[in-house]
Amino acid sequence: MLFKQTLSFSLAVAFLGLSFTAQAKAPVENAQQKGLRIAKEGDAKDIGFGDTTANMIMTLKNRAGKTSRRVISIKTLEGKGDGDKSLSLFNQPADVKGTAMLTFSHGLKPDDQWLYLPALKRVKRINSRNKSGPFMGSEFAFEDLGSQEVEKYKYNYLREEACGQGWKCHVIERTPAYKYSGYSKQISWIDTKEYRPVKVMYYDRKNALLKTLNATGFKQYLGKYWRPSMMSMVNHQTGKSTTLQWSNYKFKSGLSARDFNKNALAR
Amino acid sequence: MIKSYANFVVRYRWIILVLMLLIVAGSGMGAKNLFFNNDYRIFFNKDDARLKAFENIQDTYTKNDNVLMVFAPKDGKVFTPKYLAAIEDITERAWQTPYSIRVDSLSNYQHSESVEDDMSVANLYENGASLGSDELQRIKKIALNEPLLVHRLISEKAHVSAVNITVELPKTLTDEKGVVTKADPTKLVTEIVASVRDLKAYVEKTYPELTVYLSGIVMMNNAFGEATIYDMSHLLPITLLLILVTVFLLLRSVSGTIITLVVIIFSLATAFGLTGWLGIELSSPVMSSPIIIMTLAVADCVHILSNWVAQMRKGSDKYEAMRESLRINFIPVFLTSITTAIGFLSLNTSDAPPFRDLGNVAAIGVMAAFFFSIFLLPALATVLPSRVKQQDETKTLKLMASLAEWVITHKKALLVSIGGLALVLIALIPRNELNDVFVKYFDKRIEFRADTDFISDNLTGIYNIEYSIETKNSGDIANPQVLADIKKFTDWMSEQPEVIHVNTVTDTFTRLNKNMHGDDPNYHKLPESRELAAQYLLLYEMSLPFGLDLNNQIDIDKKSTRITVTMKTLSSKEVLAIESRADQWMSDNIPELKAVGVSPTVMFAHIGMKNIISMLSGTTIALVLISLILMFALGSWRYGLLSLIPNLIPAGMAFGVWAIIDGEIGMALSVVTAMTLGIVVDDTIHFLSKYRRARVEQGMAAEDAVRYAFSTVGIALLVTSVALIAGFLVLATSSFKLNSGMGLLTAIVIAIALLVDFLLLPPLLIWWDKWLNKGSRLAVEQIK
Repeated sequence: MLFKQTLSFSLAVAFLGLSFTAQAKAPVENAQQKGLRIAKEGDAKDIGFGDTTANMIMTLKNRAGKTSRRVISIKTLEGKGDGDKSLSLFNQPADVKGTAMLTFSHGLKPDDQWLYLPALKRVKRINSRNKSGPFMGSEFAFEDLGSQEVEKYKYNYLREEACGQGWKCHVIERTPAYKYSGYSKQISWIDTKEYRPVKVMYYDRKNALLKTLNATGFKQYLGKYWRPSMMSMVNHQTGKSTTLQWSNYKFKSGLSARDFNKNALAR
Repeated sequence: MIKSYANFVVRYRWIILVLMLLIVAGSGMGAKNLFFNNDYRIFFNKDDARLKAFENIQDTYTKNDNVLMVFAPKDGKVFTPKYLAAIEDITERAWQTPYSIRVDSLSNYQHSESVEDDMSVANLYENGASLGSDELQRIKKIALNEPLLVHRLISEKAHVSAVNITVELPKTLTDEKGVVTKADPTKLVTEIVASVRDLKAYVEKTYPELTVYLSGIVMMNNAFGEATIYDMSHLLPITLLLILVTVFLLLRSVSGTIITLVVIIFSLATAFGLTGWLGIELSSPVMSSPIIIMTLAVADCVHILSNWVAQMRKGSDKYEAMRESLRINFIPVFLTSITTAIGFLSLNTSDAPPFRDLGNVAAIGVMAAFFFSIFLLPALATVLPSRVKQQDETKTLKLMASLAEWVITHKKALLVSIGGLALVLIALIPRNELNDVFVKYFDKRIEFRADTDFISDNLTGIYNIEYSIETKNSGDIANPQVLADIKKFTDWMSEQPEVIHVNTVTDTFTRLNKNMHGDDPNYHKLPESRELAAQYLLLYEMSLPFGLDLNNQIDIDKKSTRITVTMKTLSSKEVLAIESRADQWMSDNIPELKAVGVSPTVMFAHIGMKNIISMLSGTTIALVLISLILMFALGSWRYGLLSLIPNLIPAGMAFGVWAIIDGEIGMALSVVTAMTLGIVVDDTIHFLSKYRRARVEQGMAAEDAVRYAFSTVGIALLVTSVALIAGFLVLATSSFKLNSGMGLLTAIVIAIALLVDFLLLPPLLIWWDKWLNKGSRLAVEQIK
């Protein structure tokens, strides 16, 4: 699922069969409908990417200025009829090298997750509904990195505004529709032309601003799919931050469901 | 020169009045810059090594500013569906606390266990109201066997339980538009406390069978502000009333009383206005200065006004009387103000910044009071209508005369008895014990103190020491050798009699190891390899929800870990003892991982001694300066040397008395000697200058000079001392111990100083007469 982080807040594949042209016909669209429509349009932009592989360097920084690095490579398989599947392989730090995590993301249903622990040579199911905790001690939670299925949120269109680089953005408020989210809401900026997710502000359960995510260095792959090369998350409450540097994006390398099962974890 | 000043003041009284108003308005505008800082950290220098180490821990992990809410059910049973449901509800609501980053309670404790060969991590319970008795028993068993919970969130007897809210006070605030503004920490604390008290009110209404207690760092910080507000609203009016009554009784003059009131108000306004302009932060110790300034300002007014009234009673008109009073009083009032200000300024050597601020604010106030006493007071006095009745004052004079006779008659007995008493009391000084216990800074009128006492009696300690164990390489926190060493240390710590609870990540590792082996109790030990430990931890961390992560215990590089040791209520001495024992143990057993113990508890334990040492130099400087001024004022170094006795002995005796009535000293009392030096010296100046005038200039014999001194200044000394004692006794009723202790001890010093000046100084003057007047004998004989 991390894999898809790419897509991160962007949107994942969802209901292929759904036709949004039908929805667009609605005579007067209210803010909720407009928000949902744009989310779906953004999601549709990414349909058909098939699979991706990428490398990620995660750099954590605490308030004392100390940093720490994790290196992860990620494979993602586009879901058909359900959420995406992903497999993350941890390369650094050394003592978790070879640890791999498999995620089947779903809509409102909790995602399924397994972790392969090389020291134990066993696959363990992550038996928890919690997706709101920090991922490897970083400022990213599972739910920030995981596949952003459209139905995980309720939407409310706020406004359109300039968002740097001469881009214009849709500003949409998203309210998590799943029970165990750590957020009360998110405000996301999506550029109007290519639906690239530029920025997200996260509000905690007491509705105070918690974190801001900025994505930069977007590149287009296969002439269609946009991915950021840098994502930076700042926690306003603790002063800690985490950056993700993405590299080696490859699309459609012919991965199949066999590369995303429990047996694939140990490889 | 003084005469022409006196003429000038009386002649241009209207212009002076206008000028004074302008001055007070100009300086008073600085009050707009005043702000109150209630953070306990202000008691420490910014470069204090322990404070820095502590802040570094907080920057590496997370802050541990917190609100601890404790809930006591009337039936003393925590594990009932009703209570557990209430805790669930309260936990959920506690997340709404402003600036909260974490909420810990029984209900959201992340219990891990082995389920079908997988590790399950989940809230300890959900839907408490629907729990059956088997489930209740199961939950109770887990909770009471979990080292992370017992003595922290649940009492051993399972009769009270807590919700701990961790907050992070932001340095800046960011609004929705991304605009950043600087945050006022005092306001943030007020906001948090308001929210927590709302929650408390909600709980007491919704669950009447629960009693709620509030403690934690945030509540303590708030208590600094609340104690000050309590003092301001209760003590200031009493002080004012006391002063007005005293002044009226002494002067029997309505206008004299009004004038004193105006001088006091102007002095306070100027002092606090300038405080604002200078950018000095207000804090609880600084807020004792209004009472101090008011009390000291009265002394100036009383000296000038009583002579003025006396002159008028003799038949002078109010202008002439004022000129005469100014002529007599200018020098003594100036000298006593200067010495008092020097005493306060010597607080600048204190190690605790709030006491430096207190010294500066009080010194400004004392000099402002002097300034207004010599300009505003005469101008006002000659402008206001005043009626004075003829009065016979011989009665009080007779009293002083008979006191003088009694002292002269019993001079030997007095020398022996007062001298002996002084020696005994001074010998008692070492019986005082250093103790700065910040919880005890507040007396029981302050809710924080009462609640905290309950919590430490029933659930957990509020004193702690933190250790940040640093390893060499990243990820070393999973190294079995490191973990074994840490466990050795925490096991040793847990065995110490002072220790209630040790929070350590090794407990998490042993539990995870057990979970990963199907909850087999044989595996309730540290994982065998580094990889296993690291990977268990990764799995566990992946399973934790928002806010309940391990970032408060393990740093981002997995290179260091925080151990928190909670202790019983201890004196500073005991805190220092366990700190140094732990130091020694680490040096002997785990030298590679040795860490310095830090926490507010440790910092407060050290501050008393540090402050005493730093105040030694301040006291010495004040003593030298004041003695020089005295030698100059008295025109004799011999008298100056002699004055050391009545100037120093009172503080020494007072600390002896303190050993008997209280016996605990801390940072507040360490400033008393320097501070009172400037005040007690006033009595000596007045007495010795009159004595010397009689002995040297008028050539009286020593005994007659003593009689003269008693009759001329005896009454004034008695009255001003009584007024000062009364003022500081009001301060002694403060709800804030740093202020009340300082007030009481200062009152004792001033009382003893009067005693020494009346009963010990005269016999000494007679006894050492020859030596004292060696240089001036010629002059005396010439006069004869």
